[in-house]
Amino acid sequence: MSEQTAPASAEELVPSRHSPAQRVQHLLHRNPALSPLIVLVVAVLVFGVVSENFLRPQSLSLLVQQMAVVGALAVGQTVIVLTAGIDLSIGMAMVLSSLVMVKLNFDHGVPGPLALLIGIAAGILTGVVNGVLVTRINLPPFIVTLGTFSIFTAVALLYAAGQTTALPDDSFLLWTGETIRIGSVGITWGVLLMLVLYAGVGFALRNTAWGRHLYATGDDRDAAELAGIRTKRVLLSAYVVAGVTVGVAAWILCGRVGGADPNAGLNYNLMSITAVVIGGTSLFGGRGLVIGSLLGALIVQVFNSGLALAGVDPNYQVLATGILVILAVAVDQWIRRVKA
Amino acid sequence: MSQTEAQERSPAAHDTGPVLEAEGLVKLFGRVVGLRGVDVRLFPGEVLAVIGDNGAGKSTLIKCLSGAMTPDRGTIRVDGREVRFGSTQEARAAGIETVYQTLAVAPALDIASNLFLAREIRRPGFLGSALRMLDKKAMRDQAEQHIKDLGISTLQNINQSVETLSGGQRQVVAVARTGAFGSKVAILDEPTAALGVRETGQVLRLVQDLREKGLGVILISHNMPNVFEVADRIHVQRLGGRAAVISPQTHSMQDAVAIMTGAAEVPDDEQSLR
Repeated sequence: MSEQTAPASAEELVPSRHSPAQRVQHLLHRNPALSPLIVLVVAVLVFGVVSENFLRPQSLSLLVQQMAVVGALAVGQTVIVLTAGIDLSIGMAMVLSSLVMVKLNFDHGVPGPLALLIGIAAGILTGVVNGVLVTRINLPPFIVTLGTFSIFTAVALLYAAGQTTALPDDSFLLWTGETIRIGSVGITWGVLLMLVLYAGVGFALRNTAWGRHLYATGDDRDAAELAGIRTKRVLLSAYVVAGVTVGVAAWILCGRVGGADPNAGLNYNLMSITAVVIGGTSLFGGRGLVIGSLLGALIVQVFNSGLALAGVDPNYQVLATGILVILAVAVDQWIRRVKA
Repeated sequence: MSQTEAQERSPAAHDTGPVLEAEGLVKLFGRVVGLRGVDVRLFPGEVLAVIGDNGAGKSTLIKCLSGAMTPDRGTIRVDGREVRFGSTQEARAAGIETVYQTLAVAPALDIASNLFLAREIRRPGFLGSALRMLDKKAMRDQAEQHIKDLGISTLQNINQSVETLSGGQRQVVAVARTGAFGSKVAILDEPTAALGVRETGQVLRLVQDLREKGLGVILISHNMPNVFEVADRIHVQRLGGRAAVISPQTHSMQDAVAIMTGAAEVPDDEQSLR
């Protein structure tokens, strides 16, 4: 209701009355993925100048492979953040899902494809658990996923008895780590799988009623409900979609680490949130794009690889990520204050 | 619309019978009586204002009519057919659209998307059925046509996001929603409560446009000048019951306030008005 003083007719909204800063604000407001894109391009150029190795095809393809797991998880995280929620358990859910796949396959001799499907089903189940707690018992997503984070961690450690399982090189589950060559650039199937995830969820958000309803629900849940949207169903669906991306990310993780490690998931929770936030999606819900999260995950990896190649103390990578997150949220706050 | 027009139009419109009719609505909240047997009749092409002091049962009445509450006793008929709403969705399906005091718009979505929120159009064929793709162009075109039909001039760009609109323009979008999709009844709960003079004028004009389109409009308002400007008849709620139905032509604002507060009593004789 803060817009009460806004001009009453569209004629008074002619952009010529706006200052340059306001125009930038409007531009960023209309295009949520624009600011991360600018940051990414600038970062790539700067690191390309600083270290000559950075722009080599090998460095770049390694960079993309390193961000594939976070990138895939960030798809699910974006969908949840768009509903004004947050998922603190997503990384551990992925580890749990990958343990199911690997242990079924390796310990119990279940064929790879079947083990994969059951593992993805386990990922979906983690999403359903979160979603049911959020929508049926009406608990805040932050609390629900903080709790399930601990639960999934404990279940993963108990299930694996704290042990890492390594798969034989020819295992079906490691297919996501295999490289396909396009000219001099090598790219893994895992990276392609991640891109498919982005394309699919991006399409659904943009072109289906489900997408509209998800944005409307995250924007203002009461208003969406009054408009006739069944918001509980929409929220639950967001967690189920996140569960699917958890399963796919788990498969990509298998390819990255060559098996399953119950201790691998700790950082992924926060890294996926970092990617979403740097990608311009608002933590208040209703605003943002999945493609932004892809850019966000890339930005973090570009800083990490770039600083490493420049020979800087690795602790500065963490510092840089922290500054980026705070800057991104500050920019989001500024954009949200856009005036008519 | 002038008075003579209203008098000429009214009988013709009323020949068709009420579009929304409620009889003997009772709603109890524990030992508290919310509604004590209220009758409402709304005809197509008229604006029925509902006024009343706080606690008179206005909101309860509106919630019963819009499906947000189920009355404990009494019947509701739409076009003569008895209905029983379990939810606002069911009321909407029967052609009753409600604009709530808290705006039911999604700020980040554009005007067209808001008009079609929760009833999006899908593309024909494979793209729509298998891929569930939205027909954005059809929605834009229809939204544009609808805005034009209602004679709304304040909304110029249908692709503008609602949050960039003023409070009055947002309310126009919310009210315009009620007139789309072949609805028969629009219930507007304090649509001008938070608006300035000029914006109030825009919304009231839209209310009259909805009447021109043949909708029955129920307008809940505290603002007597607004009520007397657009209402054809005024339903006065008092202490959970209907105190009277009066006409702006035969009664003054002072009369209305007096009936509302119990200072004056008039026979509740709805028939004499028609």
